[in-house]
Amino acid sequence: MKVAADIPSYVKCRHVCGASLAANRCFKFRLNVKEVSEEELFAPGHRGCAGCGCTIAMRLALKVAGRNVIVTHATGCMEVVSSPYPETAWRVPWIHVAFENSAAVASGVEAALKALGKKDRVKVIAFGGDGGTVDIGFQALSGALERGHDFVYICYDNEAYMNTGIQRSGATPYGASTTTSPPGKESFGNRTFKKDMPRIVAAHGIPYVATASVAFPLDYMEKVRKALSVEGPAYVHVHAPCTPGWGIASEKSIEVARLAVDSGMWILYEIENGKSRVTYKPTVKRPVKEYLRMQKRFRHLSEEHIAVLQQYVDERWKEVFGEG
Amino acid sequence: MPHKDVMHGSRAVAEAVKLCGVEVVAAYPITPQTHIVEDIAEMVANGELKAEYIMVESEHSAMSACIGASATGARVFTATASQGLALMHEVLWIASGMRLPIVMVNANRALSAPINIWNDQSDSIAERDSGWIQIYVETNQEALDSVIQAYRIAEDREVLLPVMVCMDGFVLTHTVEPVEVPDEEQVKRYLPELHLPHVLDPEQPVTMGSLGDPNYYMEFRKQQELAMENALRVAMQADEEFKEIFGRGYGLIEEYNLENAEIVLVTMGSLAGTIKETLDALGDDGVGLLRIRLFRPFPKEAVRRALSRAKVVNVIEKDVSIGFGEGALMTELKSVLYGSGIKVLGTVAGLGGRDITIAHIREAIERAKRALHGESVEEIAWAGLKEEAL
Repeated sequence: MKVAADIPSYVKCRHVCGASLAANRCFKFRLNVKEVSEEELFAPGHRGCAGCGCTIAMRLALKVAGRNVIVTHATGCMEVVSSPYPETAWRVPWIHVAFENSAAVASGVEAALKALGKKDRVKVIAFGGDGGTVDIGFQALSGALERGHDFVYICYDNEAYMNTGIQRSGATPYGASTTTSPPGKESFGNRTFKKDMPRIVAAHGIPYVATASVAFPLDYMEKVRKALSVEGPAYVHVHAPCTPGWGIASEKSIEVARLAVDSGMWILYEIENGKSRVTYKPTVKRPVKEYLRMQKRFRHLSEEHIAVLQQYVDERWKEVFGEG
Repeated sequence: MPHKDVMHGSRAVAEAVKLCGVEVVAAYPITPQTHIVEDIAEMVANGELKAEYIMVESEHSAMSACIGASATGARVFTATASQGLALMHEVLWIASGMRLPIVMVNANRALSAPINIWNDQSDSIAERDSGWIQIYVETNQEALDSVIQAYRIAEDREVLLPVMVCMDGFVLTHTVEPVEVPDEEQVKRYLPELHLPHVLDPEQPVTMGSLGDPNYYMEFRKQQELAMENALRVAMQADEEFKEIFGRGYGLIEEYNLENAEIVLVTMGSLAGTIKETLDALGDDGVGLLRIRLFRPFPKEAVRRALSRAKVVNVIEKDVSIGFGEGALMTELKSVLYGSGIKVLGTVAGLGGRDITIAHIREAIERAKRALHGESVEEIAWAGLKEEAL
């Protein structure tokens, strides 16, 4: 993977994500803050927690997509907080069917749009959480990608099954305490490293794959825009904190998400037609420990396990950025 | 012009799908459904059928894609069997709960384990509470006709429920029979274009599949039940109009030799053919057949009327509720006939494709006769069971 030659400057992003006032810097991409739509297609008043990273991911994606979109959604927190009958936060057509089939439902929607001659006017976005994407929805997603449907899949990754009370998923990081990976006499928390879903998706050879973070809204929105513009399947994996799940204060979610990127725990890149490009390189590499310390889910970790995680990050950092 | 041809049941289904102008097909192959999806694929490949054909990676995704396509406003079709239907189980309930007029053919096949590709009806019977309308057909002609009727019933504004057309795997799917294929004009006259009241459309955004908390959930379910009640009437009308246009009708139930019958065999699907043969050979007007064609919604009144002169009923069915010791149809017959004084016997037959012979039907009749004459008989018998192998 190569680092983008133009190391970018930051812009204020207060105007972009009102919910994330803690974010005072942002990666400046082609998508300028001024170009971001003020229309809220994911309406306020939903039942998401204060500081919820995932609702920011929904909201920003729709700002890019605009009104001519049909959204399919996996079961999960975002479905629950946004669609309690008879209310809805969705100002675009939206369908939730089950946990594991957001991508399969999107296949059907896309096929129907083709059959009905509406394909040119309407985009399709499928949302799924990390559980609904990397675990239970893995097969349906792989099938839909392989078949080449023209749709964008957005995985909002809060690194555990938060909707059901913080159980580990395949996307839970090493050492994290969840209700099914609790630390104890015989346990230091989650024993496995996070499943590298974006690279698995990239192996399908689809035209566009990207990682993103809600702490970098312009970068994220630019990636959603690109994903929507390509013909065929596109995938955006957005890192989004869960305040109760991670054990952080509401006002800290963007700060924590940013530190995930600045420490190398989460790397922002895109793969466009097979060509990888890092879209953001932290100017200063922060120790993983700083990131861990901010969150209750890592608080139990011993120096030994922190070192394991730091080594894991260092190896990936070297692989991506080519230096120590 | 309608034309007569000799064809497999699977082909008959594919012809119906083509005639109905299905717009999206999402399917996954499974024996004995494969010929249906192969024939449709061929029609799409030849340009005979202008449909989007999604070759999904599982039956779960087949039904999920059907839900997405139907919610977007397309006329959709899928077909499956056995394990495939079982894998769909979760989404079957969602399709009906979301009131989507999906039509599916189930090529009835036994469920694993032991794995078995042959015919019985345990697979679709196990889905009887999933909120789908279920039609069980006897012949290839009826399979074709029922698919056309299924769209008409499913898409009726008073119904808006998915329909499962159940045809016995191999016995019908892989068996050649003469079939009259209606012409397109007839079908157009019978089946109006699809216009759903609510679809996923950016012009008029709707939210589908929302969270229904305890304040709302029960009313959704009750509305499904009311739609099922409407479906009884609509299915009757759909069949009558079908008869007017195509010259063939089936009713919700079929009564065969029932006028003076004190003994009545009850069954579903292709087995009715074997029973009719047996009765014809027997030439006894004291024994008749009632074939349940519409299993969901269950035509309770029609069944009570048809059995009003019966004394003993023997339900011969290709399913069994393990732990309850009898088939589901028998249980339901007992419920429908409660208080009527009619004795209900049951025969579990043909599980996993075990042959059901004329001798088995005769045994079932004999047992009913003994019961009629006041002898004590076994309530349940398993036809053709190898006792020595137990």
